[in-house]
Amino acid sequence: MDENLKSELRKQGIVATTLQELYNWGRKNSLWPLNFGLACCAIEMIAASMARYDMARFGAEVFRPSPRQADLMIVAGTVTKKMAPQVVRLYNQMAEPKYVISMGACAISGGPFKQGYNVLKGIDRYIPVDVYIPGCPPRPEALIDALMTLQKMIDRQPLTGPDRPRHLQADAPSEFIVPEFGAHDLDPSQNPEVWQAPLVNISLAGTDDAGND
Amino acid sequence: MTNSPYLPVIVLLLAAVAFAVGPLALAWVWAWKFSPRKPGPSKNAIYECGLESKGDAWVQFHPGYYLYAIIFLVFDVEAVFLLPFAVAFTGLTLGAGIAMLVFLLLLVEGLVWAWQKNVLIWS
Repeated sequence: MDENLKSELRKQGIVATTLQELYNWGRKNSLWPLNFGLACCAIEMIAASMARYDMARFGAEVFRPSPRQADLMIVAGTVTKKMAPQVVRLYNQMAEPKYVISMGACAISGGPFKQGYNVLKGIDRYIPVDVYIPGCPPRPEALIDALMTLQKMIDRQPLTGPDRPRHLQADAPSEFIVPEFGAHDLDPSQNPEVWQAPLVNISLAGTDDAGND
Repeated sequence: MTNSPYLPVIVLLLAAVAFAVGPLALAWVWAWKFSPRKPGPSKNAIYECGLESKGDAWVQFHPGYYLYAIIFLVFDVEAVFLLPFAVAFTGLTLGAGIAMLVFLLLLVEGLVWAWQKNVLIWS
């Protein structure tokens, strides 16, 4: 339906909508985050859900302690290699549709601990991330901005065609490889279906193993 | 029948049930028609704290725990009886005081028995 016609009708007191808009409207305003914090970013996440910043305005106040009832995972903090399998398993246990916000420098890339032997260099190596928030830690406003970005993303998703969201595609996976905590590193060290190592030096393409550690 | 005073109640009841069941049925029909089911080993797992469960849930508890619990319960009930007794103490007759003492002695006897059976030593 034409957008101009729709706004014209709205002025006359007639609301015209599509099933897709209605469905996405319901979906974006009922994001239930998983009550799950890993490090200092979790404190900012808690602050964002409390009275001063009040994430409840966006329908995201119902933090669920069980992955079965949650549909938004906020990876808030440093993901250590010991914790990574549990994070991926929790993501697997969440019901569709599910979304991931990677909160803070650590969850994105390892952050200040990137050189550490025990820190996972970004949770996007194992699970698909929808929104990244930079910051160390990001302020509650940044988390609210990420939530709004995610809501806009959900609002834009068509329900049919190849661009439809993952939970409506029968062949899109709902569970991802849970890495094992091995003797030297996580096994596998990344999920190639989700993440490919970026080529740092193009002349070394093919032989380069940068980013694999 | 049309003048039955219960008719509005029945209509409201039906509306209330439809209000509760309607959205659930709609969600179910939507999921069945559009959302493909995606079960998996992690999703079907019983435990939901990120860790894999190990072993069987049907484990045996040490019987010592039950003896402990029973003795605790006996003295818990004793406290329930002692409190009103203490509150009404000044107004009670000698007979009531003796009856309470007998009650206490019976419980203490039970404790002595448990003590002699080494129930109080955790092993």
